[in-house]
Amino acid sequence: MSATPTTGPVSPGRFTPGRTLRLGLSRIRYETTVYFRAGDTVFFTFLFPVVLLGIFSVAFDGLGNVGTNPDGSGGISQAAYYLPGMIAAGILLSGVQNLGVDIAIERGDGTLKRLGGTPLPVLSYFIGKMGQVLVTSLAQVALLLLLARVAFGVELPADPANWVTFAWVYLLGITTSAVLGIAISRLPRTGKSATAVIIPPLLVLQFISGVFLSFTMLPSWLQTVASVFPLKWIAQGMRAAFLPESFAAAEQGGSWNLPWVAVVLGIWLVAGLIVCRLTFRWIRKDG
Amino acid sequence: MAPTPPAIRVAGLHKSYGSFTAIAELDFEIAHGETFALLGPNGAGKSTTIEILEGYRDRSGGVAEVLGVDPQHGGLEWKARLGIVLQQSGESANLSVRELLRHVAGLYPSPRDVEEVISAVGLEAKAGSRVKALSGGQRRRVDVALGIIGRPELLFLDEPTTGFDPEARRQFWDLIRSLSAEGTTILLTTHYLDEAAQLSDRAGVIAAGRLIDIGPIDQLGPADARVPIVRWHDGATVREERTSEPSHLVSRLTAEHGELAGLEVIRPSLEDIYLDLVATAEPAATATATATAPAPAPTETAA
Repeated sequence: MSATPTTGPVSPGRFTPGRTLRLGLSRIRYETTVYFRAGDTVFFTFLFPVVLLGIFSVAFDGLGNVGTNPDGSGGISQAAYYLPGMIAAGILLSGVQNLGVDIAIERGDGTLKRLGGTPLPVLSYFIGKMGQVLVTSLAQVALLLLLARVAFGVELPADPANWVTFAWVYLLGITTSAVLGIAISRLPRTGKSATAVIIPPLLVLQFISGVFLSFTMLPSWLQTVASVFPLKWIAQGMRAAFLPESFAAAEQGGSWNLPWVAVVLGIWLVAGLIVCRLTFRWIRKDG
Repeated sequence: MAPTPPAIRVAGLHKSYGSFTAIAELDFEIAHGETFALLGPNGAGKSTTIEILEGYRDRSGGVAEVLGVDPQHGGLEWKARLGIVLQQSGESANLSVRELLRHVAGLYPSPRDVEEVISAVGLEAKAGSRVKALSGGQRRRVDVALGIIGRPELLFLDEPTTGFDPEARRQFWDLIRSLSAEGTTILLTTHYLDEAAQLSDRAGVIAAGRLIDIGPIDQLGPADARVPIVRWHDGATVREERTSEPSHLVSRLTAEHGELAGLEVIRPSLEDIYLDLVATAEPAATATATATAPAPAPTETAA
């Protein structure tokens, strides 16, 4: 510590325009680097749906195709059947689980307190988190599609309309998921309890939302409960994008019901934004 | 002194948690360019005070002004002029020292050079190492580096040298002196009186949420605190006398009694004076505190 920094406290520099956005982009880089360097998040958030798709596709392969004609022909493979659900689960994990745990840990270990003492705008911090979610989740979806296509020979949709459905359901879903992640990061009281508080309810949600189990298998009261939460609608939207039109008949109400996908996700998005705006603080102030 | 407003002004500052009073009443000012040490035992209110000034805690009453701004409403431009080294080391980031500093430097409008700061805190050899792989003392240096990277006008250091080895502490002192020479205002809390004596122009002593003394470090304590003590054995009893002319007293005693057994002339050290100050202030303050507030102190408010 002997060398002296040569330049002292001169007049403070001015904030330049576009600073919030510029720092937000710098945060995306920072957050994404940190994300991929943490082995546990890479496995439990990033690779988990990929691993599950692999397991389901292999384990249930012997059961034959799903949605076959009465004579046993046609239908789609188990891998093709599980692909939309795994994409939906990935959206939930990359957003809600990832940010909910991540921010709770940052609050617990003093990272947020330190950031709160710097001139970083809260909005730039959010841009960084949302950007990290988007970058990592896009990579995750690409990996899922690649695995499905290359390893399990799943036919991806040829009709551009399916991809349009995928694009808007994905963007609305991932944005909602990321915002809800920031919102629920307030729930764990300590960084250590973050995974214990956040992961189990999300796991339950995945079981009742038609990700692991076919949604219409569930008793109707449980379907009603699941329909309150966004994951059911993300999964439904993804099935609309990736499954043949004939599968719509197996849905609740016998159709993909895309308008309701948009409405429910939109409500959760707005509610999440309001909760973030009202509750996010760098530290728990003691009043 | 020119009539410029002080860097920090605190008047009648008060902070309570429920019925527990963390800060009873504080008044002090810190001039621009000054290095000021806040001393006091654990739980005295040092960290509470410094966190109020940093904007982390809201005060219950009184006035606080930091660089002319109420810290409860300090905006981003205000934060850009501060450097904060918290008492606890922060994140265990999965980033190298250089990556972390480069990123944080980017948050400030006119940061210091990253490599310069790395060498200023003596971490050249660890610049490429992940922060979470560093030792406690090395992480503390990272904390200090993060505190000065933004070229702050005002630097808060809350027990900055915890975990430093003696050599690192000396190097840290050199760094603080050079920052001070450049005009940085520094508010420091510490348990090490030698550190306060080495670095600070003035010091304030807090006990039980009250400022019990303030002034240049060599003038702390009551007027007679530095009066030497002459101590000798008179048969089985130990006698002592305070006098500003110890050699005179010793020669008078020698003339009366001959050679004195166990003769000592003691000049109270800064530590003696400090401990006396705190010891005399604490029982009184604790008594008033318990009289008005019987509830036990919440632990998270410890200074």
